[in-house]
Amino acid sequence: MSREVLTGTHFISGNIACAEGAIAAGCRFFAGYPITPSTEIAERLSARLLEVGGTYIQMEDEIASSIAIVGASWGGVKSMTATSGPGFSLMQEHIGFAFITETPTVLVDIQRAGPSTGLPTAVGQGDMMQARWGTHGDHEIIALCPASPQELFDLTVRAFNIAERLRTPVLVMSDEIVGHMVERVEIPHQDAIEIVDRARPPGPPEMLPHPYESYETSEADCGIPPMAIAGEGYHVNMTGLTHDERGYPAMNPEAQEKLMHRLVAKIRSHADELDLCVEDGVEDAEVVVIAYGIAARVSQGAVRRAREAGRKVGLLRLQIAWPFPEDRVARIAKSARGIVVPEINLGQMVREVERVAHGNARVVSVSHAGGHYPPAEALLAAIEEVSA
Amino acid sequence: MTPETNPTRTPDDAPRAGHPFDPELREGRIPHIWCPGCGIGSVLQAFLEAVDGAKIDRDELSVVSGIGCTGRAAGYLNADSFHTTHGRPIPFATGLKLARPELRVCVVSGDGDLAAIGGNHLIHAARRNVDLTVICINNLNYGMTGGQAGPTTPIAAKTATSPYGCHEHPFNLVDLVATCGAVYVARWISMDVRRVRRSIEEAFTKKGFTFIEVLAPCPVSFGRRNRMDDAAMGRILVERCEIRNGADPRETAIGEEGPIVCGKFVDIERPSYLEMLADVRKRVEEAPA
Repeated sequence: MSREVLTGTHFISGNIACAEGAIAAGCRFFAGYPITPSTEIAERLSARLLEVGGTYIQMEDEIASSIAIVGASWGGVKSMTATSGPGFSLMQEHIGFAFITETPTVLVDIQRAGPSTGLPTAVGQGDMMQARWGTHGDHEIIALCPASPQELFDLTVRAFNIAERLRTPVLVMSDEIVGHMVERVEIPHQDAIEIVDRARPPGPPEMLPHPYESYETSEADCGIPPMAIAGEGYHVNMTGLTHDERGYPAMNPEAQEKLMHRLVAKIRSHADELDLCVEDGVEDAEVVVIAYGIAARVSQGAVRRAREAGRKVGLLRLQIAWPFPEDRVARIAKSARGIVVPEINLGQMVREVERVAHGNARVVSVSHAGGHYPPAEALLAAIEEVSA
Repeated sequence: MTPETNPTRTPDDAPRAGHPFDPELREGRIPHIWCPGCGIGSVLQAFLEAVDGAKIDRDELSVVSGIGCTGRAAGYLNADSFHTTHGRPIPFATGLKLARPELRVCVVSGDGDLAAIGGNHLIHAARRNVDLTVICINNLNYGMTGGQAGPTTPIAAKTATSPYGCHEHPFNLVDLVATCGAVYVARWISMDVRRVRRSIEEAFTKKGFTFIEVLAPCPVSFGRRNRMDDAAMGRILVERCEIRNGADPRETAIGEEGPIVCGKFVDIERPSYLEMLADVRKRVEEAPA
């Protein structure tokens, strides 16, 4: 049997690193459907999961993939799917289903240029708002944004840990360039990788009150109910309907109010744990570039060049898009004169920056419709514009 | 008909006699939402009797439903129950079964759920021969949303969305899944509770994808628009039911008139998904590192 964690130094693509991150995190079930530019994740896992005793299944479409992983998670197995643009659209209903049923699972979107078939082989970042609001009904979502193959490994592990800890689906929103970019990736020793497993019921079913209130929460568990899984005698009761603490359908506004507030609060109350950002020279900067994914990599070069030209420029690299790191961005808006937001879309996350900046700093969008990253020259021009 | 408007629903505190299957149902979940004359309840009882008959440990039973009248079936049962999204109980059950192969994973859902919105999953699960017991309760229409036409609605039947008579050709579900590779395929009517129970029990002994269609009366949503009020729809199903075990599934389409052919049509051996997967796992283990 082959090794579970490929400890060592590798020269691999982001998509391969993502697959290895999943294995290292304990993922043992992948359901997917081939789609460019995410397919290498499925290809890698079709071999690797079998080698480590897990299961890979190629489903008939992305709808099936996105609910097969929910089924596997209720069987107690960490699960994942990976897709791109059109496939991500098809998965939206089950993001909401996983949210309301509090199912830990991971969905990876290697973004390409859209809408529709768009530029299937070329980069985009146009799914950021779909990640936030794509499923119907109100909800809270967690979306991580790797900017390198190393981060596709690290943040995929992190995504599983957050999903297990908070009992909620976690999205990994990467992009075609990061997914296909080949770089050095350090995979730590197994013991050095933090692994989080979902909380389990406090005792065997016969020791618990009957009927078992599987969605009952307390202050001690921060509103996250321990998860009973199938086949252990708990007689799990799971539904996408609004439900009460027993999991029974509860068709009234009071139950809706109670459930929605708990589900949203359990994520918002962990905002501190989810504040995943990398700051570079932000504190005394006059201009701060806020970017994620491949646009953040391009920004590193532009920021360096602007500094060489004498500008006080900082970079805030978002490793998480949702929940949006509001406090950090609000602070920057107060200390900096201007904020530049490069994205491979016509302006999505910049709306969040503008909302949080609240007029305290000038916010400029550097947008690109897709198929290419925003050129450094456009970023430099924007930095000059807000510096003036 | 929604539970809120169902005039037959009794208040939760109304006294009622105990039922022998009470322990098999979740405490406090009855009364159910189904209309008077609906056939789903008797299929559910036959299912529970089959579970007992097959001596399936209740802790190892997972029941997965989709959305619709039959979609509510799973949640009433005192077992691991999963009320999933519309059309998707089969891929959910596939993920669950592959995660926990030792569990008995059953799908109980309706014709609209499994054959319209979920049709793609139905045919591919049969093709893969995934180890699932699928019970499709076919009431010929979308009952919960008020009686619209669906993929099994007979030609000329009047529904909320075919007021001048349905002009679409329906699926013959047993032929469909047999063609796709299901190893056990049967069709019954819900009033024939003994055969339904025996058939489910028999399906439990099979490895692979097993499919039982049960035609059920739907007097409130379907019957009343087709001059089959109250017990008439059930009576007509009984009158037209003709048992022909071993019939060629291609010859079992349900027409406007004539017999409704019931029976066990397919009972074959074909390596199941889990058996095929076990072979691959063996090859992986034997492969040089």
